[in-house]
Amino acid sequence: MQLSRRKLLGAALGASAVAVLPACSNSGGDTKTAKKIEVYSWWSGPGEGEGLEALIAEFKKNNAGVEFVNAAVAGGSGTQAKQALTTRLLANDPPDSYQLHAGLEAATDIKAGKLEDLTYLYTQNGWTTKFPKGLIDKLTIDGKTYAVPVNIHRSNLLWYRPAKLAEWGITAPPKTWSEFLTQAVALKAKGIVPLSVGQTWTQLHLLENVLLGELGVPKYNGLWTGQTDWKSAEVTAALETFKKILAVAVVSTDDWQPTIDKVVAGSAAYNVMGDWAAGYLQGAKALKYKTDYDVVAAPGSTGVYNFLADSFTLPKGAPHRAQAEAWLKLCASAEGQDLFNPKKGSVPARLDSDKSKYTDYLAWALAEWQNTTTIVVGSFTHGVVANNAWKSEIEKAYGVFVQDKNTATFADAVAKAYAANK
Amino acid sequence: MRKRKFRSWGPALLLVAPSLVLLGIFVYGFIGWNAKVSLTDWKGLTPSDTYVGLANYRELFADQTFRNDTRNLLVFTVVFIGGALLMGILLALLLDKGARGESVWRGVFLFPMAISFIATGIVWRWLLNSDPGAGTTGLNTVLDWFGLHSDWHKSPSAGAITAIALPAGWALSGYVMALFLAGLRGIPEELREAARVDGASERQVYWSVVRPMLTPVLMSALVILAHISLKTFDLIYAIAPLDARTETPALYMWLTSFRGGFFARGAAIATLLFLAIAVVVVPYIWYTSRKERTR
Amino acid sequence: MSRTLRHLALFALACFFLMPVYVMLVTAFKSPGEVDVAHMWALPRSLSLDTFAVVWPKLRGGMVNSVLLAVPASLISSFLGAANGFVLAKWRFPGADVVFPVMLFGMFIPYQAIIIPLFQTMSDLKLVGGLDGLILVHVVYGLPITTLIFRNYFLGLPDELVESAEIDGAGMLRTFFRIALPIAAPAFAVSMIWQFTSAWNDFLFGLILTRTEFWPVTVGLNNIAGAQTVPFNQAMAAALLASLPTLLVYLLLGRFFMRGLMAGALKG
Repeated sequence: MQLSRRKLLGAALGASAVAVLPACSNSGGDTKTAKKIEVYSWWSGPGEGEGLEALIAEFKKNNAGVEFVNAAVAGGSGTQAKQALTTRLLANDPPDSYQLHAGLEAATDIKAGKLEDLTYLYTQNGWTTKFPKGLIDKLTIDGKTYAVPVNIHRSNLLWYRPAKLAEWGITAPPKTWSEFLTQAVALKAKGIVPLSVGQTWTQLHLLENVLLGELGVPKYNGLWTGQTDWKSAEVTAALETFKKILAVAVVSTDDWQPTIDKVVAGSAAYNVMGDWAAGYLQGAKALKYKTDYDVVAAPGSTGVYNFLADSFTLPKGAPHRAQAEAWLKLCASAEGQDLFNPKKGSVPARLDSDKSKYTDYLAWALAEWQNTTTIVVGSFTHGVVANNAWKSEIEKAYGVFVQDKNTATFADAVAKAYAANK
Repeated sequence: MRKRKFRSWGPALLLVAPSLVLLGIFVYGFIGWNAKVSLTDWKGLTPSDTYVGLANYRELFADQTFRNDTRNLLVFTVVFIGGALLMGILLALLLDKGARGESVWRGVFLFPMAISFIATGIVWRWLLNSDPGAGTTGLNTVLDWFGLHSDWHKSPSAGAITAIALPAGWALSGYVMALFLAGLRGIPEELREAARVDGASERQVYWSVVRPMLTPVLMSALVILAHISLKTFDLIYAIAPLDARTETPALYMWLTSFRGGFFARGAAIATLLFLAIAVVVVPYIWYTSRKERTR
Repeated sequence: MSRTLRHLALFALACFFLMPVYVMLVTAFKSPGEVDVAHMWALPRSLSLDTFAVVWPKLRGGMVNSVLLAVPASLISSFLGAANGFVLAKWRFPGADVVFPVMLFGMFIPYQAIIIPLFQTMSDLKLVGGLDGLILVHVVYGLPITTLIFRNYFLGLPDELVESAEIDGAGMLRTFFRIALPIAAPAFAVSMIWQFTSAWNDFLFGLILTRTEFWPVTVGLNNIAGAQTVPFNQAMAAALLASLPTLLVYLLLGRFFMRGLMAGALKG
C-alpha cells in the first residue's frame, strides 16, 4: 500500500516533467528573423475584439506568411495589463507595437526613449493632411510624432431617454450645470435620481466634464498646461458645483454599464459617459438611437469635442520592425480604420473615411468631429492632457477629496503635483 | 532532541539547501532590490541610481493617503482574520461530529477558494451594491427583509473596508475550516473518551481536551490569514478599483508604481510592508520555536 | 447540539456561501439584454448554454496551459515542502531554528513588489516564454507555505516514529520516504489544495512570464471580465468554467484526505 503510493507520486512527478518539456522556453532563437509580429493592445471586449480581428485579417491578406500574435490583454489603460507592458519595456523586451492613448499618456515612454519617432512615416505616407491638425498636435511632443491614431471617442456626452424625460415633464436636457441642478430638484421630488455615477474613474470622467462645462474651453485647456491656476476663484467655484452635483446624484461603486442601466430602467434621469455607451445601448440593450435613447453634449460643452484616441506605436528595439511598420500603415489607412471603427463603435481618426459606414449615433459623432467649427479639447481621465505621473497624483488627491470634501486642499495638491511632475 | 553527528544531519541540510538558495535569490535578493530602489528617486521608465537617502520614507510618513491606507489595512486585518477564524472554526465544529454527505458540505465551503478573484470581484461588487429605495439589490435585498440597509459606500473608511473584508472572509473560511477539521480529527478519540468517562460534558471536552491541542493549528491559521491580509490586492482591486476608502498600502504601492511610474516610492512602501510584517512575525516565530524546543 | 440543528445550521451557512455562485450561475444563463444589476437575483428567462459555447473556445487553450502549470507546480512544491518540513520538524540540524523563520518569511511578499526584478532575473536566466520558468516561480514562492504546513504536521507526530526507524538503521532519506511521507497524506491534501489553487488562479506571473500561446486560463478570463465593456453573462460563464478544475481537485483530494485521515487515526 505504501509502496504503490510512493510509486504513484513518483510517476506523477515524472509525467508532469515530461508534459512540460514541449512548453519549455526556447532562448528566443527564432524571434528576430522570423516573419512574425506581436501586437499588444487592450481590445479584448465585445465590439473592439471583433474590430481588431477584422484589422488582423486584412493585415494577413496583405502580408502573406506573417504570423500575427494578438497579445490583447483587457484593461490596458492603467490596469493590470499595463504592468506586463511596463515590465517588458523596463527589460528592453518590447512587443512590435503597442497600444497607447493619444496624448501625454505617452510622455513617460517617450521620455525614457522607448518609442521611435514616426514623423518619417507621416511624411512618407502623407498622413499630415489626413488627420485633424488638433489631433496630430496632441500626438506630437517636441516636434516629433510618436503614434498613429486609429479611432476617436468622445467624453463629454449626456445620455438620457426622451420618453422618460417627457414623462417627468422635462422639455429638454440641461444646457448648463446650473440648469441641471434646477432640474435635479424637480426630479428628486418625483423620486427620480437626477444623475447616476459609478466607481472612481467614472467620477473623474464626470469631474473633467463639469470643469469643461463650467470653465469653458480656454480655461479648461489652461488647467492642463499650467496657465489656469487651480486655486483660482473660478476653479474653486467649479469644484463646488461638482460637489453639489455629486450630492444630488446616486454615487455607487458599480461599473459604468450598471450605472447607465439605471437610466435605461428609468430610475435615473441622466448619465455622463463616453460614447462607447452607444455600442452598449444599441447592442446589448437593443435600444434605438433617438427613439429609445438620446445623447447630447454634456452641459456647458455644446460644440466642444472632448476627445480621447487610441493609437499604436513603434517601440525602440521592436523585434520585427518591417512588419510593425506595415501594421502601422494599415492602422492609419482609411480602409483599415473603416474596417475597425464601425465594429468598435468609434469614429475614425482620418478625415477621408467612408461616411456611409457610420450610422445612428456614429453619424452624428463623425459629423461633429469633422465639422471645422467644432472645438477639440483633450480628456484628462483617458490620458490626453495629463502624463501618467500627474494623473496618478490627481487620482490620489481625489481620493482624499472624496473623503474630506476640502476643495482647497484638492486644488493645492493638484497644482503642486503638476509642478513636481512636469 | 538528541544532538546528531554531522553524518547524520549533513544530508538533512543538503536536502533543505536548494530551497534556501532559491528563496535567497527570489525572496531576499528581491527584497534587497526593493530596498535599494527605495533609496533612489526612480520615476518613470528610466531606472535612476541617484541616491536620495530616506527622502521617500519621510514623504510617506507625511502622506495623508499612506496614513489612511495603513489605517484601512489594520481594520481590514482585524475584521478579516476574526471573521474567517470564527466562520472556519464554526464550520469545522459542525462537521466534526459527522454530517451526512460530508464531502459535499466540504466541497461547498471550499469552493469559494477555487474561483478566481477576477470573477468574484464582479459578483461581490454587485452583492455589495448599496443603491437605496427601489434599486435595492445585492445583499441589501436580504438585509431588507430585516429592515436594514447597508450604506457602506457612503460611510467613512472603517465601514467601507469592513465591507470588503466580507468577500475576503468568504473566500478563506473554507480553508480555515479544512485546517481545523484536520486538527480536530487528529485528536485521538481516546482522549475525548477519557474525559467523558471522567464526567466532563461535551462542551467541557471541547474546552479542556480539544482546544489546547488545536493551538498549533490556530497558530498556522493566524499566520496564513495575516499574511494574506497584508498582501491582499487582487480582491480589493477587483471590487473597488481606485477607491480611496478601501485602499491599502499594497494597492497604493501598485497604483503608484505602475500607474504613476513612481517606482522609488512604490519600493519604499513595499519595504515598509516587509518591515511591518517582520516586526510582527519574527518575534512570534522565535517565541514558538523556543517553546517547541523546550517541549 | 442535536443532529438536525447541526444540519440546519450547515444548510443556512451553505446558502450564504453559495449566494455568489448562484448569482454567477443565473447571470451566465441570461442573455446580454437581461443582465441587470438591479435584478441580479432573478432567474433567467430561458436556460440556454449558448454563452458557455461562446466562451469555451476562448478558454480552451488557457485551460490546457493552466493544467500543465498547476499540476507540476503543486506536486513539486508540496514534495519539497514535505522534505523541508520533515527535516525541520524531525531530523534537526544545527541552525534549523533559524532556517525555518528564514524560509517562512518568503511567504509575506506581495507579488507586485518583486515583479520587476523577477522578470529581469528570469529573462537573464532565459526562462521567459514557456511554462518551465513559470512553474519554477510558483514552486519557489510556494515553498514557504508548504514547508509550514508539513513542518507543523510532522511536529504533531510522535518522535518515537522517527527514532525507532533510526534504531533500525534507517538513514534520513529512508525515514522520509518510508515512514514520514506515507503518513503525510492529510498534509499533502491541504498543501496540494492550496498550491493548486494558487497556481491556477495566478494572473500576473502567468501573463508576464509566458508567450501568448502559453498564457494560462486566467488571462483569457480577464480578457472577458476586464474589458471596457464587460459582457457580464460571458464573464460569469467563463469564471464558472475556469474554476471547475480546481473544484475537481477539491473533490478528488477530499476523499483521499478522508481515507488518509482514517488510516492515520486507526494506527493510533
